[in-house]
Amino acid sequence: MAQSLAKEFTKGLWAEVPPFRLVLGLCPVLAVTKTVENGIGMGIATTFVLVFSNLLVSLLRNVIPSKVRIACYIVIIATFVTIVEFLTQAFAYPLFLALGIFIPLIVVNCVVLGRAEAFASKNTPLMSIADGLGIGIGFTLSLAALAAVREFLGAGTITIWGGTPVFEMGSSFHPFTFMVEAPGAFVALGLMLAVMNLIPSK
Amino acid sequence: MREMINMIVVLTALTAVSGGLLAGIKTGTEERIERQIFQYQLAPAMNDIFGEVTNDPAKEKFELESAGVKYKFFPAKMEDGSKAVAFETKGKGGYGGDVGLMVGINLDTDAIVAARVTTHAETPGLGARAKDDPAFVSQFDGKTMDAKLGLKNDGGEIDAMSGATITSVAVTNAAEQAQAIYRELKPEILKLIQ
Repeated sequence: MAQSLAKEFTKGLWAEVPPFRLVLGLCPVLAVTKTVENGIGMGIATTFVLVFSNLLVSLLRNVIPSKVRIACYIVIIATFVTIVEFLTQAFAYPLFLALGIFIPLIVVNCVVLGRAEAFASKNTPLMSIADGLGIGIGFTLSLAALAAVREFLGAGTITIWGGTPVFEMGSSFHPFTFMVEAPGAFVALGLMLAVMNLIPSK
Repeated sequence: MREMINMIVVLTALTAVSGGLLAGIKTGTEERIERQIFQYQLAPAMNDIFGEVTNDPAKEKFELESAGVKYKFFPAKMEDGSKAVAFETKGKGGYGGDVGLMVGINLDTDAIVAARVTTHAETPGLGARAKDDPAFVSQFDGKTMDAKLGLKNDGGEIDAMSGATITSVAVTNAAEQAQAIYRELKPEILKLIQ
C-alpha cells in the first residue's frame, strides 16, 4: 500500500511529468513562465486545485452518474479554481495581477480534468491525493525550470519570491529579450522537450 | 427514468453545495480583498493622478450614494493648494466585465485632473493597454464637466484605442458616469470637505 502510494506520487515527478512527458497543460506553461516567481505561483495554484478536485472526484466516484460525470468534474474543478482566485486576491494580490486571466483558466487545464477522468474516478481517495500531489509538484517544478531558463536568458535575473531577484547578472550581461517574449516560450519549451527525450523515461 | 432523476439530483446537489461554499468564501475574504485592491490598485492610481499631495486621502475618505450605489471619495489637497477629489466608477461593457476607472476632479475648476484604469480583466496587449499605457486615458486630462467624454464615433471627444474599441467604450462609459455623479453630488462633496 505504502509502496504503491509512493509510486503514484513519484510518477508525476519524472515518468509522467505533465508538460514534458504528457505534453499537457501547455497554455499556462507558455504564458506565465516569464519569471520563476510566476511559474511557482501558477504551479502552486494548479497543485491546490489538482489535489482537492482529485480528492472530491474520488470520494464521489460511486455517486456521480457516468453520463454526467464530465459536468460534475467541471463543477468540482471550477469551485476550487474560484476558491484559489479569492485566496490569491486576498493574500497574494501582486501574484493575482501577474497571473491575471490564467488563474480562472486553470478550469480548462487538461492536466486537471485529465487526472480526474483518468485516475481519480477509478482510485481510492488516498491514492488520488498522492497522484494529484505528485503531478502538481511535477507541474510546478517544470514551470519553475522552464521559467528559470527563460528569465535567466531573457532578463538576466532569477526571481523566486516577492518580486526581488535572488540572482542578478552584472551590467555587462546583455539580456536576450526574445526569450521572455511569447515566441521564446515555444523555443525554450521545444529545447527542454528535446533534452528530456534524450533521457529515457523508464 | 430513475437514472435521469439520479443525474439531476446529483448535479443539482453538487452545484448547490458549490454555490454555498463559494458564497461563504466570498464574504469571508471580501474585506481583505478590498484592502488589497486599495493598496495595489487605487493608491497607485491616485498617486499617478495627483502626484504629491499634502494630506492623506485614504484617511479622509467618505462615502456618498448615487442611484443606490455607494461610492468612496478620496479628497486630496494638491501641492498648488487647490482641492480635488478622486473616486472610482465601473464602466459597463468591457471585454472581461466592468472596467474600473479612477477619476480625479479639481473642485475649484471642475476639470478632470487625470484618470487611471484600475481593476479590469481585459486582454493583455489589447484592452489591457488602457491601463498599461496611459496615453489613452490622458485624453481625459483637463476636460471639464461639459465635455462630451464619449468616443468620436459616438459624437464625443475621445479617440478610441486601435484594436480595443470595446475596452475604449467601457472606459468612456466609466468617465461619463463619473461626470454625472460629480455633477449630482458636488454640493454634498463640498459640504463634507469644508
